[in-house]
Amino acid sequence: MGCYVPNTKAQQQKMLETIGFTSFDDLYKVIPESMRVKSLKLEPGKSELEVRRIMEELAAKNNPFKSIFRGAGSYDHYIPSVVKSVTSKESFLTAYTPYQAEISQGVLQSIFEYQTMICELTGMDVSNASVYDGPVAAAEAVLMCETRKRSRVVLSGALHPHVIEVVKTYCDARSVEVTVVPPKGGKTDMEGVKDALKDDVACLCFQQPGYYGIIEDAEALCALAHETGAKSVMYVNPISMALLKTPAECGADIAVGEGQPLGIPMSFGGPYLGFMATTQRMMRQLPGRIVGETTDSRGGRAFVLTLQAREQHIRREKASSNICTNQALCAMTASVYLAAMGPSGLEACATQCHSKAVYAKDQLVLIKGISLCYDEPFFHEFVTTCPVDPDILNRRLAKEGILGGLPINEGLLWCVTEKQSKEEIDRMVAVAREVCES
Amino acid sequence: MKLIFERGYKGRGSEHLPDCDVPVCQLPESMIRAEQPALPEVSEIELVRHYTELEKQTYGVNDGFYPLGSCTMKYNPRINEEMASLPGFTNIHPLQSQDTVQGCMEVLYKAEEALNEITGMDRFTMQPSAGAHGEFTGLLLIRAWHLHHGNTQRTKVIVPDSAHGTNPATVTMAGYETVNVPSTKDSLVDLDALREAVGEDTAGLMLTNPNTLGLFDPNIGEITKIIHDAGGLCYYDGANLNAVMGQARPGDMGFDCVHLNVHKTFSAPHGGGGPGSGPVGCKAFLAPFLPGPVVEKENGAYTFKTPKFSFGRVRGFHGNFLVLVKTLTYILSLGREGIPEASANAVLNANYLMNRIAKDYDIASGSHCMHEFVITLERLQKETGVSALDVAKRLIDYGIHPPTMYFPLNVKEALMVEPVETEPLETLDEVAAIFEQVMEEARENPDLLHGAPHNAPIGRPDEVNAARNPVLRYTP
Ligand SMILES: Cc1ncc(COP(=O)(O)O)c(C=O)c1O
Repeated sequence: MGCYVPNTKAQQQKMLETIGFTSFDDLYKVIPESMRVKSLKLEPGKSELEVRRIMEELAAKNNPFKSIFRGAGSYDHYIPSVVKSVTSKESFLTAYTPYQAEISQGVLQSIFEYQTMICELTGMDVSNASVYDGPVAAAEAVLMCETRKRSRVVLSGALHPHVIEVVKTYCDARSVEVTVVPPKGGKTDMEGVKDALKDDVACLCFQQPGYYGIIEDAEALCALAHETGAKSVMYVNPISMALLKTPAECGADIAVGEGQPLGIPMSFGGPYLGFMATTQRMMRQLPGRIVGETTDSRGGRAFVLTLQAREQHIRREKASSNICTNQALCAMTASVYLAAMGPSGLEACATQCHSKAVYAKDQLVLIKGISLCYDEPFFHEFVTTCPVDPDILNRRLAKEGILGGLPINEGLLWCVTEKQSKEEIDRMVAVAREVCES
Repeated sequence: MKLIFERGYKGRGSEHLPDCDVPVCQLPESMIRAEQPALPEVSEIELVRHYTELEKQTYGVNDGFYPLGSCTMKYNPRINEEMASLPGFTNIHPLQSQDTVQGCMEVLYKAEEALNEITGMDRFTMQPSAGAHGEFTGLLLIRAWHLHHGNTQRTKVIVPDSAHGTNPATVTMAGYETVNVPSTKDSLVDLDALREAVGEDTAGLMLTNPNTLGLFDPNIGEITKIIHDAGGLCYYDGANLNAVMGQARPGDMGFDCVHLNVHKTFSAPHGGGGPGSGPVGCKAFLAPFLPGPVVEKENGAYTFKTPKFSFGRVRGFHGNFLVLVKTLTYILSLGREGIPEASANAVLNANYLMNRIAKDYDIASGSHCMHEFVITLERLQKETGVSALDVAKRLIDYGIHPPTMYFPLNVKEALMVEPVETEPLETLDEVAAIFEQVMEEARENPDLLHGAPHNAPIGRPDEVNAARNPVLRYTP
């Protein structure tokens, strides 16, 4: 009820008269009568209490799981309390993009710090302030590599299917051809990639760890791309970066990924965080906001939106991207998470993810009919066969409050993070055994 | 102010995880990075104080008047935030089976139903994450339809010169060429120029109405007809919908598809730059081309369906879902009377403030505006050397956020003011007095304005140096 308008009816009338009108209809008299809405077919406005009841009822129609063994692009990690408490601060929440640097140093500095942390995680030189999500970051990255002579991109089939789809959408629009090399043995097909890399290829894009969890030989893949003059784009899981060789160490030109694991709740898929980082050389092709350090008129340190000659409000049709609004508060969430965890905390988290995934795998393969599909080093996801209909297994697990692995062609794609205790893993395995061996 | 990296101490940190309760496994040495990332090493109290300090140097809607034109900085109701934090929404994995996410799907379905009614469209995709992302999706929709009908020669999209930068940038991303059409001297679409611009190669038109000067184009029926007659489709940039919600519908103006900036019109906060959400609606004939999946209701249950000729995804999963929870919460609160009332008051507040300051400031958008108006300081600049930038910076000294500067591009020394409906009359009166005062200062003491702001946390930053010698990360 009401529309958060503070002015009383009497005040509104007085204002109308001050400006020479008698009624609200006068305000809209420029709109042709035939286009005026007579009445909206919506329900009447509701009180806050009624709205709360409706929304709480909707939330209650969902089934959140206590133990989650599913990843595939959205990961259930522990989020320290401090993360939400910082990012709920009202000035952060209700500020616009920091166009007015003098009263936006807080947001600007937080983005500068975020950029630094993304550079540290990936080893790259320059990060932007975020894009919409991981798949969009991948799409923007491959388009950064496009040139007149090189207008084809090669994608590893071991990328997340949504990444492949979104890259295709973005490339299709610009008539950039996309070649997807089907995966081999659950990871990027080296030979297939080699064959696909002709001299019209702008870049190779692959995921680390791959969609099926396996750790790729990223150095070799980047080298393959470079041999033919193509660029390399690595789509990385940010938690795994605490352990794995960085994109910079592997020779990547652009590192992108989905930042959701960094303190952002799963939230049915969004809002998430697309991060993008690149080399000094490709800095001016990066899309989106970038914050830089400078000095103010009093000689002190100051932060501003910079390198704006890339952006839509200056370059219009020649801009590197159309992005305007991004995912700033999610970027801040990621920085608070990383600062709360610290280098050792993040490494411990990544090591626990890996250790628990290995433990769960070891337990699962003891079940009759379940075996590991791809016997390769993995981070925190792996694929097993499933001797029964995966839906039957998952329905049984759901009864125990457990979200099982994601059904895929081969069987199930499992994920285990630091959040699942040994007890929870054992319970999941026990239920799976009961279903599969009975 | 210290950076987070300049706080703390080597080895400091807080423990958030228990010891590992399974045997610890290490990955092969050859796969491991050489050094740990140099992340901050701070205690929780240092972390909290750091961000509290940063917050003090941030200005949001909850800090004061924020008339940032084209951005609709209205109040962000607290209930929205609380509803978007319900664990029944936040703890849901996006790849759960559909029977376990019926509540989320109903949120998407209900929000879509309401947006259809408000815009006069038939179907929406909730995937786009912001306005520009919606524009991209909308143009791809138009493109998919043309290609489906073999219209390969339609390669151009018409954009007025007053358009937001995202419009022409989107045209390029969608693989089209921009045709700029000039505005009339009243800043409306020049019908003759438009008739001249259309042809066999016209794929469509992108337009916002009211336009970026805050003017409703009364010829809109004729404009969309010219495009349709030429075989093109019409895209509505919904960034200015806050002027006409519940008063007039893009669908009735002849538009075929539309994006909404729910982080503007439907009260979701901007978060210092995002996340937003930019759902795209379309008429029934375009619906088969929408990104998938969309939510359908069958026998009382919600299911995901991919439209028959879908051109593909524009992002992962289902869009910025929690932002859409806020949208639905807001629409339920306002309802059928509240929605038009919000717009009417946005228009009233804008006209009232414009009227109050018109004796001191030249208005570029005529005598009567919609939800925002544009000031031109061209005359002041010529007479005193005081620019739009100077005036904007001086407003900061009085504790208000400056209006949008130097936009639209077809107005010289522009300041675009959007007071929104959630500001009380008393604030508008105070603001009018501040504007008056600043104009007096500009005429009497231009240097005062050239040097402004004087009492903000920092003085004017050196932007030229920032771009010339980019320092984009902290290095110890
Ligand atoms: C008129 C207009 N169109 C499009 C946009 C782009 O919207 P977004 O920032 O949500 O991408 C904006 C907002 O900045 C706008 O004002």
